Amino acid sequence: MKIAKIHITLKEGVLDPQGKAVQGSLHSLGFPSVEDVRVGKYIEIKLAEEDNAEKQVEDMCNKLLANPVVENYSYTIEEVVTQ
Amino acid sequence: MKFAVVVFPGSNCDRDMYYAAKDVLGEEAELVWYTEANLENYDAVLIPGGFSYGDYLRCGAIASTSDVVSQLKKLAERGVPILGVCNGFQILLESQLLPGAMLQNKNLKFMCHFENLIVENNETIFTSEYEKGEVVSMPIAHAEGNYYCDEETLAKLKANNQIVFTYQNNPNGSLANIAGIVNEKGNVLGMMPHPERAAEAILGSSDGLKLFQSIVKNWRESYVAGA
Repeated sequence: MKIAKIHITLKEGVLDPQGKAVQGSLHSLGFPSVEDVRVGKYIEIKLAEEDNAEKQVEDMCNKLLANPVVENYSYTIEEVVTQ
Repeated sequence: MKFAVVVFPGSNCDRDMYYAAKDVLGEEAELVWYTEANLENYDAVLIPGGFSYGDYLRCGAIASTSDVVSQLKKLAERGVPILGVCNGFQILLESQLLPGAMLQNKNLKFMCHFENLIVENNETIFTSEYEKGEVVSMPIAHAEGNYYCDEETLAKLKANNQIVFTYQNNPNGSLANIAGIVNEKGNVLGMMPHPERAAEAILGSSDGLKLFQSIVKNWRESYVAGA
């Protein structure tokens, strides 16, 4: 089995109101060094053993998991050893 | 004229839309469940607001993968009028029937109140009964209505006169104050404000009624002999 670990983030230049709110809270908690916060998503997908896992994950990201108008994605695919 | 109101799991403005088309306008209308819809049987399609699929992943994203959206894409090409309001607009964006995307409101709040809109383009099948520049009042009710697109897309929207409604006092951070846009062909309109909730004076405004009346009038002129 394989596991795809996918990170989805807002593109640079796209305003992230949630990130801004988190940044404000971190400042008020006493972390003045915080310069910027971007909030994204993390998705894990378990995949049956397949040769073209990479292509499949790309397709999933492009078709549904990320919205290319406002989001970027990156991923890693790892082998999972089942015991 | 016969309207379809497509109902997804989580739609919650479907009955308002149905009521506006059927009882206020006095046209034929049917609520159609998204898995059972055959949209070939209708003259226009209304995609109501709500929280389809609980807004999981992104608003409208899951609904955009449904078979009924494949049907919508064919109808859109044929020029059938399609109106998406609120979550309906988000579904049209996620389906790429309209360009751009929605971000969270700038203030992160769910906002539910009347807003003044400016009719920027009254030369569409949805707005011909309005005056250009007319200020109309309709309620908004959303947390993700902050319209975004890249500069190139915005330039295209402007050049093609696709921006139909703008906010007079931008409540959510939308780019260029955009409240509603049409596709290039002009037969698909997406808007965050709710015309169906402003279709009768008792609701606080009847400014939304002219939008539905425009659709009917333009359809009659195109398809009904002697109209």
